Amino acid sequence: MKQLALLIDLNVCVGCSACVTSCKEWNTSGWAGPMSDFNPYDANPTGTFFNRVQTFEVGTFPNTETIHFPKSCLHCEDPPCVPVCPTGASYKREADGIVLVDYDKCIGCKYCSWACPYGAREFDQYQKVMKKCTLCVDRIYDQTLPETERKPACVLACPTSARLFGDVHDPDSDVSQLIRERGGYQLMPEWGTHPSNHYLPRHKVHFTIHEDELQRSDNPLKKEGVLPDLPKDQQTSEDIFTSW
Amino acid sequence: MHPAFSVIFLSTLIGVGQGLFLALYTGQIYAMMHLLPTQESHSFYAVGSVLAFFFLAAGLFASIFHLGRPMRGWRAMSQWRTSWLSREVIILPVTLCLVGAYAACHYFSWTTPFFTLAETYPIDPSLVVGAVATISTFALFLCTGMVYAGLKFLQAWYTPLTILNYVLLGGASGFTLAAAFSAYLGTEIVSFYALWAILLTSIAFMIRLSSLIRNSQLKSPSTLQTAIGVRHSIIAQKTQGAMCGSFNTREFFHHQSDERLKTVKTLFLFLVFPTPISLIILALSGIFSVNLLISAFIIQYFGLIFERWYFFTEASHPQNLYYQTVG
Ligand code: SF4
Ligand code: SF4
Repeated sequence: MKQLALLIDLNVCVGCSACVTSCKEWNTSGWAGPMSDFNPYDANPTGTFFNRVQTFEVGTFPNTETIHFPKSCLHCEDPPCVPVCPTGASYKREADGIVLVDYDKCIGCKYCSWACPYGAREFDQYQKVMKKCTLCVDRIYDQTLPETERKPACVLACPTSARLFGDVHDPDSDVSQLIRERGGYQLMPEWGTHPSNHYLPRHKVHFTIHEDELQRSDNPLKKEGVLPDLPKDQQTSEDIFTSW
Repeated sequence: MHPAFSVIFLSTLIGVGQGLFLALYTGQIYAMMHLLPTQESHSFYAVGSVLAFFFLAAGLFASIFHLGRPMRGWRAMSQWRTSWLSREVIILPVTLCLVGAYAACHYFSWTTPFFTLAETYPIDPSLVVGAVATISTFALFLCTGMVYAGLKFLQAWYTPLTILNYVLLGGASGFTLAAAFSAYLGTEIVSFYALWAILLTSIAFMIRLSSLIRNSQLKSPSTLQTAIGVRHSIIAQKTQGAMCGSFNTREFFHHQSDERLKTVKTLFLFLVFPTPISLIILALSGIFSVNLLISAFIIQYFGLIFERWYFFTEASHPQNLYYQTVG
């Protein structure tokens, strides 16, 4: 059985929040109605989001590392939020493992949000129903879009390709290979929810600089250490000649 | 967790209703066994169970305010196979109807015995309806308790003590009300209910104290390390993705100071347990009995509102790990 999921590469996420805004843009203009905001242009703005990027600092200065950490529904394989729903509005799709809320059935009791250990569900204060990441289910199967665009909006928006999308049950998919090869992990494994979304841990990037690279042997200028060009009227013909 | 007043009123009000019904039915059983004088069907059992009915109905009404879309509330009956909340939504109106039926039995005096058990115990319709209603009442206690005790991540609630607490506090407040009610009607069985009320309140006190002690020693298996998957002992949050709060900061944090929590705890421990017990004892000794018993109930009920409020603040949700600092 297929299990679609996101794989988030913490090595390359730069915390730009492009995924946050593209998610909001796609889903607020979608078939399910707007994701309401309150005071958007005023003091204390707040609103409904499916995806947010948080930042954590690890270690003590000066030996610190900054981790930008995108968080959305993890589409758990064993989602505790689904069985508790009294109306059946929350469900997990058999076909691709996406966990969804039927906004027409939800009574807004918020019980499912209590049962999600990750705080991945958001109550829409205006529509009074529970909402959450849909993995852009209205996009990834859209036959009118070119094949390459049939991906969640956040994945397409990420400028560093920190977000990958695929089937984590298919051992040969890109995401499964990366999870295997680069130690992809799940959040809060202690609760047995088996999140489908995985995260790739940060690793040290080794990068060797050779002496001749420091000397800039391939510098187009003949000499290293040339100063910026003199104003045109003060240049000698030799200056002009060597700058070629 | 953020204390939700609709749920606080729901659970305390139905608790009183359930307890009062159980008290009335216990009285009837004792009377049938000739251990207590029989009470007048009409004025005592019928009026008493109508009172219980109103408490249950008031609880049901309060629950409506918890729903974002109350008009779709009926849908909540569909997932009884998996959801304790759905089971509660089914069993609450069932209990309500059964308590109503019990009241009707007594009101219309359907108390002619079908047969007499062992030639001493007359079995009449009210007794049978009452037995079914009793099962339903306990099922409702179980469902209400399991709505909280079934959530693994909310460790403060994930214990059988939660269910016991609901049963005992509902029972205690119901029996206190029954004592006040029977004293108001001037019946001779006040002391029967008063003693039960003291007993249940005392046991409830012990159970609540044990849950307080248990909860003060809880240690969550989740840490910021498991939450973001970074194995380093020093992690500081720098942003949480929203500057002015979100559903995550509104629903799962109580935003209360430690002093206030302590005050509420002391208050409920005082109002729910020793105060009503002392008032009941005082009432049993004879002076101003009716007024004392009524105030015992009112004080205990107010205490229960604080108790339920505190119950919510006790539970700490693992998602809070992601929302430690605004920015
Ligand atoms: S992350 Fe939360 S909302 Fe999403 S499937 Fe898992 S438990 Fe449910
Ligand atoms: S808020 Fe909606 S989706 Fe969540 S448990 Fe209640 S009815 Fe189900």
